Amino acid sequence: MPQVSLTVNGKAHKVEVEGRTLLVELLREKLGLTGTHVGCDTSQCGACVVHVDGNSTKSCSMLAIQAEGCSITTIEGLAKADGTLHPMQEMFREHHALQCGFCTPGMVMSAIDLVKMHPQGLSEAEIREGLEGNLCRCTGYHNIVKAIAAAWPLMHGHAMPAAAE
Amino acid sequence: MGFEGIGASVKRKEDGRFLAGRGNYVDDMRQTGQLHAVIKRSDRPHAKILSIDTAAAAAAPGVVAVYTGADMAAEGIGGLPCGWQIHNKDGSPMAEPPHPVLAVGKVRHVGDSVAVVIAETRQQAKDAAELLVIDYEDLPAIASVRDAVAPGAARVHDEVADNQCYDWHIGDKAIVDAAFARAKHVVKLDLLNNRLIPNAMEPRAAIGDCDVAGNYTLYTTSQNPHVIRLLMGAFVLHIPEHQLRVVAPDVGGGFGSKIYHYAEEAIVTWAAGKLRRPVRWTAERSESFITDAHGRDHDSTAEMALDEAGNFLALRVRSLCNMGAYLSTFGPAVPTYLYATLLAGVYKTPAIYAEVRAVFTNTVPVDAYRGAGRPEATYLLERLVDTIAHDTGLDRVELRRRNFIPADAFPYQTPVALQYDSGDYVATLESALKAADWAGFPARRRAAAARGKLRGIGMSTYVEACGIAPSHVVGSLGARAGLYEVAEIRVHPTGSVSVFTGTHSHGQGHETTFAQLIAAQLGVPMSQVDVVHGDTAKIPFGMGTYGSRSLPVGGSAIVKAVDKIIAKGKKIAAHLMEASVDDIEFKDGKFTVIGTDRSKALAEISLAAYVPHNYPIDELEPGLDETAFYDPKNFTFPGGCHICEIEIDADTGVPHVVNFVAVDDVGRVINPMIVEGQVQGGVAQGIGQALIENAVYDSAGQLVTGSFMDYNMPRADNVPNIHVGTETTLCTHNPLGVKGCGEVGAIGSPPAVINAVVDALSDYGVRHIDMPASPQKIWSIIQAGRPALAAE
Repeated sequence: MPQVSLTVNGKAHKVEVEGRTLLVELLREKLGLTGTHVGCDTSQCGACVVHVDGNSTKSCSMLAIQAEGCSITTIEGLAKADGTLHPMQEMFREHHALQCGFCTPGMVMSAIDLVKMHPQGLSEAEIREGLEGNLCRCTGYHNIVKAIAAAWPLMHGHAMPAAAE
Repeated sequence: MGFEGIGASVKRKEDGRFLAGRGNYVDDMRQTGQLHAVIKRSDRPHAKILSIDTAAAAAAPGVVAVYTGADMAAEGIGGLPCGWQIHNKDGSPMAEPPHPVLAVGKVRHVGDSVAVVIAETRQQAKDAAELLVIDYEDLPAIASVRDAVAPGAARVHDEVADNQCYDWHIGDKAIVDAAFARAKHVVKLDLLNNRLIPNAMEPRAAIGDCDVAGNYTLYTTSQNPHVIRLLMGAFVLHIPEHQLRVVAPDVGGGFGSKIYHYAEEAIVTWAAGKLRRPVRWTAERSESFITDAHGRDHDSTAEMALDEAGNFLALRVRSLCNMGAYLSTFGPAVPTYLYATLLAGVYKTPAIYAEVRAVFTNTVPVDAYRGAGRPEATYLLERLVDTIAHDTGLDRVELRRRNFIPADAFPYQTPVALQYDSGDYVATLESALKAADWAGFPARRRAAAARGKLRGIGMSTYVEACGIAPSHVVGSLGARAGLYEVAEIRVHPTGSVSVFTGTHSHGQGHETTFAQLIAAQLGVPMSQVDVVHGDTAKIPFGMGTYGSRSLPVGGSAIVKAVDKIIAKGKKIAAHLMEASVDDIEFKDGKFTVIGTDRSKALAEISLAAYVPHNYPIDELEPGLDETAFYDPKNFTFPGGCHICEIEIDADTGVPHVVNFVAVDDVGRVINPMIVEGQVQGGVAQGIGQALIENAVYDSAGQLVTGSFMDYNMPRADNVPNIHVGTETTLCTHNPLGVKGCGEVGAIGSPPAVINAVVDALSDYGVRHIDMPASPQKIWSIIQAGRPALAAE
């Protein structure tokens, strides 16, 4: 069986996988990182989004062996060792941007990447468009959009440029 | 610690684990020695099973067992039971054909369970399932309600004539017909309530386990674990309650679809018993589409009789409703007692008659989906009211106002069985009109027109029924269960509190709201309150969460248990302070001798109760742990007004919701943040139903919209920011005055959206448009209307 070597949440792993094993299956089944969820089988829902070398990626759309040498961050790896939440996690809590919690890990991982990719700022419309790949059935997105806008200044360390709002 | 009393938007206690990726959903659980089940689904809508050859699958690597319907039948395994029996007009019971766990002889919808393959790994089970050889003989399929009632239609069940499950009615036909005969106007509207697929983000999953002594545990994605234990234990697998534990841990959304007892729960539990190893199953999303109960699917005609002034005289409704291929747990109740009883709406229509015919089709079973019957009633009424305004030229707001049940008329007895206890429909209307700037709309419409956009505004004013309902009443209507709720409150020796509730939280935030409620009532900090739900081994009993019942019924049970705690605490306090029980009051967490400064904190009382050295032991048992069952006295009746403003691109027909206002009366609000979230989520589902969601079967009975690629789920850019307001009248018959907020969003919103679409297209001669109002439908209307418009 092929082996894949990768780093997950800062920890190196060498794992035996089948050729057809998906990255999300490796994370959930082999490493026990069940925070990354599977909500569909057509790469539509975004519940499985993780960061692969810093880029948000649907871990159901990537084979585990494709992650050879990659550095993966999952929802479990976001908070600091002392338990301090990432600003995006904190803003999701603050703005009630989650209900059942199932889409939340993928939503948070996508949102972090979205904010990082937009240092010039993010309008509400851009946030909504940026969430195209993540489905939530509970919140109606209203509070998710609010949380992401609130996390932007915390992640960039300054207020959002007025034009973007 | 900020203010965390009733009415405070306290942040949620459960968020920490969800945000850290530490939720505990069924598919996250791992059992030693676990096996994986994959269920072979019928790809035929309707066929005879001539043979199933399991040999190759059984011999495949890793396979431990392959079972078919014949194997289950040989062991006397029962079919899936239906929890509600409707009676026909003539008093005879509905048709209730068997619903085998694994198909026997025939398959009746795409997705029907044919066989189960159990293997060491999921991949092995999947590979082996491909090796099953099933010989089918295709039969003609019934894909829609119209097909089902067509003359000479094929039968879904051989023993069910005309595919009719029931032919039911409510109201007084003679009085209604007489009112129509003398009416000045009659306005008639045919309309469809589109079939929907609930699609909670977490696919269903189940794990069965059985120990050496024959004690079973089922972990399942359920909204009501005790109900599953009752149905599966008593009717399907014949396991007594004390040997069957059902656990519903973190559940990723339900919206009704996880109320029902599903085949997979029985399959994994039964197989675990046979193999004496844990057996797990998790749906793939494609399976969810063809096995989770669908919602809505009504084909209706509504007629209103009016006098000259626009007063509603009588309403006549005929609905043809889809049950799917088999009866799901509560399917028959939805188009009857959860639908037709709401046809008075917020109006004082004196006479109503409704006929409901429910039919079988070769489609997935249909059952309650967020709102369950009330969205269908609300959509029908509110589209009819706007159509009346359209046909008569009366103003749609004034027409509503004229026919509202006035605020001083409560309690109000409708002609369709329900008695509304409280409400103020003018208050929610006025508040919504103001928040939506209804008066300023014409200017916005002109400004949009200048940009090439067609702008419309629409409203709905609605009432719904939650917290279903007194057990003796629902029993008389055919429910095969009681509908009370249960709470146990355990004050621990040092004064912290655990509440065990029979309701279940799958996104509603009970761990927060219930803790907030108990903290307020017992005067302890929320951090000292633990809310336990979802495990039949821990909670005395419960009926679960649906129909926005958790706070009205479950919260009332909590209040009742708290009252018992306080009553016992007073006796202990009286003993400790050598006072009369009548002189003790409980306030802010302290038992005080009235008029003195002598008091004992709750923690002192609980310690005395568990360390009863100085204790009235002759009169009182030790401990401070009380259980209460609460059976509601009536439904609760949330209501309100939703206003939607929409812009349509005249060139493409694409509708865009630009503003949405929901002003609801949900009774007393414990946590406004959570209520707003519930309403926003419901509204998004309502906008989804109105504009984009649609479960489509082709004429052969194949589900065309069987994935997220095909079924249009609302995404972040399909919905606007949703303004939520509340206007409160208290429920008069439960101790908290609460009404329920889980479904109002999905109930009030669809007609507001469609009324806005029709308004936006008013220049194009459109009277009605069926949901979903897709760009294609809208574009066609615009194209058809343009020449007429140009000719004017």
